[in-house]
Amino acid sequence: MAYVLAIDVGGTFTDLVLTDQHNGSHVVSKTPSTPADPAVGVLEGIRRVMARAGASADDLSALRLGTTAGVNALLTRRGARVGLLVTEGFREILHLARSQTPGPLVGWLNMDKSEPLADLELTIEVPERCRADGTVERPIDEAAARSAITALVEAGVDAVAVVFLHSYANPENERRGRELAHDIAPRLAVSLSSDVLPEYREYERAATTVANAFVMPAVSHALAELEGSLTADGWRPAISVVRSDGGLMSAHAAVERPVSTILSGPSGGVAGALALACQSGFSNVLTLDMGGTSTDVSACIDGQVAIARETVVGDFPLRVPSVDVRSIGAGGGSIASVPEAIRALRVGPQSAGAQPGPACYGRGGVEPTVTDANLLLGRLPDELLGGEMRLDRTRAAEAIASLAAQLGLETVEAAQGIVDIVDESMAGALRLISVERGLDPRRFALVAFGGAGPLHANALAALLGCFPVIVPPSAGVLSAYGFQTVGHRATFTRTMIRELSPASLTEIRAAFAQLAAEASAWLERERVDGAALAYSCDLRFLRQGYELEISFPESQLAARWDAAIGERLCADHRRLYGFVPDAPAEVVNLRIEAHGPATVRLPEPTPVTPGDGEHARVGMTEMYAESAPLRAGIFARNELQAGDRLSGPAVITEDDATTLVLPGHRATVDAHLNLLLEADEGL
Amino acid sequence: MSAKEAQNVDLVTVEIIERALRSLRDEMDAVVLRSAMSPIIREQHDEFPLVTNADGLMLVGQFGSYVPLLLETFDETIEPGDVVLQSDPYLCDGAIQHTPDWLVLVPIDYGDARVGYTSMFGHMLDVGGSVPGSMAATARSVWEEGLRIPPIKLFSRGELNRDVLKVILRNSRTPDINEADLFAIVAACRTGADRVVELCERFGLETYLAAGDAMLARTREAVRRIILTYIPEEPVVFEDVVDDDGQGNGPFRMRLSIHRVSDRAVLDWTGSDPEAPGPINLLTHEGLFKMFVGIYLIMAFDPEILFNEGFHDLIEVELPEGSILKPRFPAPLGLLNISLARQLDVVQGALAACAPEYAAGAGYGSSPAMTYSGNDERGRYFQLGEISYGGLPGRPKGDGLDGHSWWPLFTNIPTEYIESYYPVTVERYRSASDSGGAGRHRGGNGIEKVYRFEVAGEVTIQDDRWRSLPWGVEGGLPGAPSRKVLLRSDGAREELPSKCDLVPVAAGDRLLFITAGAGGLGDPSGRDPAAVRRDVRRGLVSAKAAARNYGTALEKEDT
Repeated sequence: MAYVLAIDVGGTFTDLVLTDQHNGSHVVSKTPSTPADPAVGVLEGIRRVMARAGASADDLSALRLGTTAGVNALLTRRGARVGLLVTEGFREILHLARSQTPGPLVGWLNMDKSEPLADLELTIEVPERCRADGTVERPIDEAAARSAITALVEAGVDAVAVVFLHSYANPENERRGRELAHDIAPRLAVSLSSDVLPEYREYERAATTVANAFVMPAVSHALAELEGSLTADGWRPAISVVRSDGGLMSAHAAVERPVSTILSGPSGGVAGALALACQSGFSNVLTLDMGGTSTDVSACIDGQVAIARETVVGDFPLRVPSVDVRSIGAGGGSIASVPEAIRALRVGPQSAGAQPGPACYGRGGVEPTVTDANLLLGRLPDELLGGEMRLDRTRAAEAIASLAAQLGLETVEAAQGIVDIVDESMAGALRLISVERGLDPRRFALVAFGGAGPLHANALAALLGCFPVIVPPSAGVLSAYGFQTVGHRATFTRTMIRELSPASLTEIRAAFAQLAAEASAWLERERVDGAALAYSCDLRFLRQGYELEISFPESQLAARWDAAIGERLCADHRRLYGFVPDAPAEVVNLRIEAHGPATVRLPEPTPVTPGDGEHARVGMTEMYAESAPLRAGIFARNELQAGDRLSGPAVITEDDATTLVLPGHRATVDAHLNLLLEADEGL
Repeated sequence: MSAKEAQNVDLVTVEIIERALRSLRDEMDAVVLRSAMSPIIREQHDEFPLVTNADGLMLVGQFGSYVPLLLETFDETIEPGDVVLQSDPYLCDGAIQHTPDWLVLVPIDYGDARVGYTSMFGHMLDVGGSVPGSMAATARSVWEEGLRIPPIKLFSRGELNRDVLKVILRNSRTPDINEADLFAIVAACRTGADRVVELCERFGLETYLAAGDAMLARTREAVRRIILTYIPEEPVVFEDVVDDDGQGNGPFRMRLSIHRVSDRAVLDWTGSDPEAPGPINLLTHEGLFKMFVGIYLIMAFDPEILFNEGFHDLIEVELPEGSILKPRFPAPLGLLNISLARQLDVVQGALAACAPEYAAGAGYGSSPAMTYSGNDERGRYFQLGEISYGGLPGRPKGDGLDGHSWWPLFTNIPTEYIESYYPVTVERYRSASDSGGAGRHRGGNGIEKVYRFEVAGEVTIQDDRWRSLPWGVEGGLPGAPSRKVLLRSDGAREELPSKCDLVPVAAGDRLLFITAGAGGLGDPSGRDPAAVRRDVRRGLVSAKAAARNYGTALEKEDT
């Protein structure tokens, strides 16, 4: 038997999904994370889920891991001590950054600016210079470079990053820098910007290269620990890591390029949500992942996740392809308060987090949160996590009552207000990402997951008109589930600024051939069969400051590629901006994306039999919706069968998530056991 | 509007509508960024959306407060489907402060009711005039600064006025880009208007309007409390200068007196110098200036409070006619950014004296610009325009930032971009050590940049703070002034003034471009010795300057 195990290690819980490769059936589990020694919690989870499936160590063929090791190292600043070598004259490359301060006016007064990941004290200039066209104006000054490296080694750095101007056009000086470093300290970890990100824009390249060096020890340590513990327990699965772009790579590749794992978990959630929605026939979806402290939203069009070329974590720009997930500071733990200067009800951005958590968790939290409000409104059962956690209604009521008193509201009104306000914030974020992609939210379905997503999704869809709401089975472990739906993926790029003309074609073809060779070599190392290479390039008109991305089939490179691409550029520019500039077009970045196939089977559809779901009713709750008390049924999600249809108001519970169906709406279980929420006709 | 009316709607609904309007503003930004073309809008976000109520009072936005006057002075009725466009600073009392800003206004109609307006202005790449970009240092009047559009209907009841558009675009060196940007702005305003109509449908007209009143009322109340707490009844006076107008005149003084009468703050600019012959005049719009002051007050106190026009009756502004802050037509306005920086320095200085929350000195106080133009090796005309930044002052929160922008969201241009496209090499780009004023919280360093020109061409420079110093507060020392030096390839050095047009340069010449530092906060003897040593190790402060300015702090530690 062959099982594939997906594990999403989060800050609070570790989610596991075990899939039987034979029939696509799966077993899920959720265990508390053990931040002090993550491998402990993971192993505990593996034992549990394997036992539940009745599987033995030999049955586990592959393991897919979403890791927060990299992002945590970055956010808590516990990473390598990184030394940085830069071109003479540019020592403050990270210190000056892009000179940007936040809005509005006077934003600088309260600006928090993180210290760079390579300290200015550990940044040393080296005389050398390359021109934009790749000619070396001045070779690296070897004596100066040696003394700089020696100084860094003596200062105790764990790693050295080398970022020279225009190294994307010619990496010669950077490579010589690495040779010299290895001469002096053979085992020193050296990251070259021309390896990590051979693209122009020196600040972003430097920030990304340094971040890569910074998180490397944490990621490599986490993976080594896990591998070690697994081996000790007799498990030998092939380990893959989920990348920020939603693809997979081997543990070995992740250690080389750890900066690509920063959005590991969230990207898996979006990929999984999309895969499930597509299976049920929806290819344009908004995703809503609402957790305790924040909510991640994303827009997928035509069955594709949106990829951003750059993402910002903390205030570090990382130019690595990532699923375009926006995070807003609103979650179940968001605290409601009345500000000092005005009598208003504010929700967030402060959060009670997991500790102390909402007042109703009874762990010492006293401030009212969104979860407390939901509990008071009768939208949550008294127990979560299959009975492992009891919710204390009295504490929730106390917390909200004191807030309500400050505002002169009834407790229930205040609770409803808290929920409505947080809904409005999330609706704004969902609307914004749809508009940015050029579509109205009504053109999408909404996939809700995360512990709190299914609780708020009905209200959001009603605000935005984005029905149906899709609540996948095991919505609380969807990221882990999503890891089962993705294949290997990697992006290979190079900045090569050339006029788009027959004259530059030979050079461009050669560069693409080289990128293709790199991609093939990577796929071979990663042992991926049946991969596809997707070609694209960024183009612009001369001296414009921004590029348009155009993808094309490889076959087009053989013939009059420049003419065909030029026409596409003009057409796209006209479509977006209404005209075509009177200037020569030029290529800026070349790119190949390698995609491996998804190899895990999804569960087969089950037969649909219309039913009323009454057999799944486990209780009743007094629910408040639109300020009026209503009687609502509570249903057990795992008792519902394909074809069952429930009318709102209703609460559908499962171990790790609760779905709310509002009055005037209904929930139907589809053949893939998703809940589909829709508005009743005629309303 | 009164507090009584504002109570007709429950405060949860007010909060929800406020959230919806904040999101709507973000959505207007997203629409404009999606289809605008010029880097000024795309990269620097030089565009400002807002939503008003039916009286034109801004409910949400940043730089609003001009709509009531526009409604009052426009000699036509604004019908549903109309789009109003205007760009004449002198016809809107400075709501837009120079000719490249184009302002669009769209009415919001719900059924038969006019419920408000959406509006946005954006900076166009070029609107004609004597130099590309339409902001000439040599301008003697606004006539040299390009096209001015009086309020007109670009769309009349949804119908595009094609003829007027042709005339307008014919007057720009970059007609295509302006057209794309203009329609992006129109699309953003229409999106905002549609969204407000949806809010009226969702909540009902009465509720929406009442919520707007309540939003105005509660921001007013917040600002009222801030004024009562921080603004003293005794006048606080602060003054500072713009060094010169680029035409040999100056310095020009700006003088501000702030005091409180009951719960109102009075800001009086009487005593400021008369308008300048050169283009550093700042046509100050009273409402816009009130909004700046309100943002200053709110940002230091509770940045989550919504900016809107509710508090405008709590601020009184006196702007003497014919002064550098209220020039008479047709005084030139092109370099107003320098004067705007100084005006806000003065506000900063006066507020710093009112409350410790506002204690920060002056920053680099300018909009330092370098333009290099000529013909490249292949004979093609090029024009590189670059805005630089400088030191930001020491703040209650900590040290000032080295080499950052005082204006929000602006970014520098990557050296790899500059060198890929222009015949120039950047030999050095770092902060100027020791240029930040010493203090308990150190002022930020200015920028030090060295350009090497690869072909013959001409250089234009616009900066200030080369004579006056960015002052510190509470015993903090001033920052260093700006400086420009031309280093000829034969070894000759020429000091340049802070504003000069079209200086010829030869291949191999270098330009040393240094922007001003910023003032420190608090007595340097109170600085944490560890911070002093760290600055020295990082090369941001020299050992010599550290010994000179922080000797006492270091001694304290030693004993």
